[in-house]
Amino acid sequence: MEHSVQEVSFHHEPEGDVVKKIIKTTIILSVITVIELGLGLTMYAFPMAAGLKLFIKGVIVILSLLKAFYIVGVFMHLGDEVKNLIMTIIVPLLLFIWFIAAFLWDGNSWKVLRNTYHPQAVEVHEGGEHH
Amino acid sequence: METKWWSGGKSPFNVEYGKLMMWYFLMSDAFTFGAFLISYGTIRFSQNYWPDPNVVFNAFPFAGHANLPLAFVSLMTFILIVSSVTMVLAVHAGHKNDKAGVIKWMIWTIIGGIAFLSCQAWEWTHLITGDHAVLINGQIEEIGTTVTRNPWGPAANVAAHDGHHVGTTGPVAFGGYFFGITGFHGFHVFSGVVINIVMLLMTMNGVFERKGHYLMIEKAGLYWHFVDLVWVFVFLCFYLI
Repeated sequence: MEHSVQEVSFHHEPEGDVVKKIIKTTIILSVITVIELGLGLTMYAFPMAAGLKLFIKGVIVILSLLKAFYIVGVFMHLGDEVKNLIMTIIVPLLLFIWFIAAFLWDGNSWKVLRNTYHPQAVEVHEGGEHH
Repeated sequence: METKWWSGGKSPFNVEYGKLMMWYFLMSDAFTFGAFLISYGTIRFSQNYWPDPNVVFNAFPFAGHANLPLAFVSLMTFILIVSSVTMVLAVHAGHKNDKAGVIKWMIWTIIGGIAFLSCQAWEWTHLITGDHAVLINGQIEEIGTTVTRNPWGPAANVAAHDGHHVGTTGPVAFGGYFFGITGFHGFHVFSGVVINIVMLLMTMNGVFERKGHYLMIEKAGLYWHFVDLVWVFVFLCFYLI
């Protein structure tokens, strides 16, 4: 594949812009991480309803996806590639939507079935002692 | 009529072969990590009780028994973010054919990677050797967190004679998933450090200078950023939620 390098054209942004973008992204990633930690510690420090806790966890998941977007888009420069290349990476990853939904659903169903039809197994496991 | 489709005679994705293949390798690696994390999610969703990460991960080196939830893992996260930034700067120096710049930033990236691995070694040691009193079959036993034992269960209805809290055992899968997935990630960090050291030596020997481009640094950089990217999700799944 010796010839491939010559066929590829590069475009470089001006020096100052690149470094500015890197610093900006670093700050964004750090700030998001601090917010995530703050939310995590809030759940630990204050007793709250299960629904609210679930909502906060959802917010943390969305913030993590935002971090992933910045790492892939800016640090890995995927945003600067040809659109079709981006699509060959992103489209297969859409399988994760089904993958996550199906398997978490499966796990939950497992719990419900065990609690319904074999509650004593749960008690033994949960309580640690059984006499 | 002019078309926007690829018309031959040039690289269709305008990217070097090795870099394209690195992207596809990383995509497949994302599925491997994804499968591990989703499997962990399935087991966690199937349990009535799961340990609170704020309780499990509250230790800091040289801080004794101070309760510092997630402090140490935050430090590890920042180390990895910073090493990702120094890697971007190494790639950027490579674009400018700045050999000294590449060497400087690669050294910082390697230091960041080694620092992260050292932190992980401390965290694992602390978890495995840190004993906690739990009630097992009516007896109080002191156990650490391993792939077969988990002291992070719900509180027991008894107290130890010295007044310490006594717990019960938690779901066994906790240790297996924690050590398995953070171990697999740590192995990626380790191989990333090895790759970065090889890149550093090649840069110092002038290999890329003679080639006229630093594309290898870019490919190593993609791998290193991916390791940081995976940590975002490991951090999310094991420590935050």
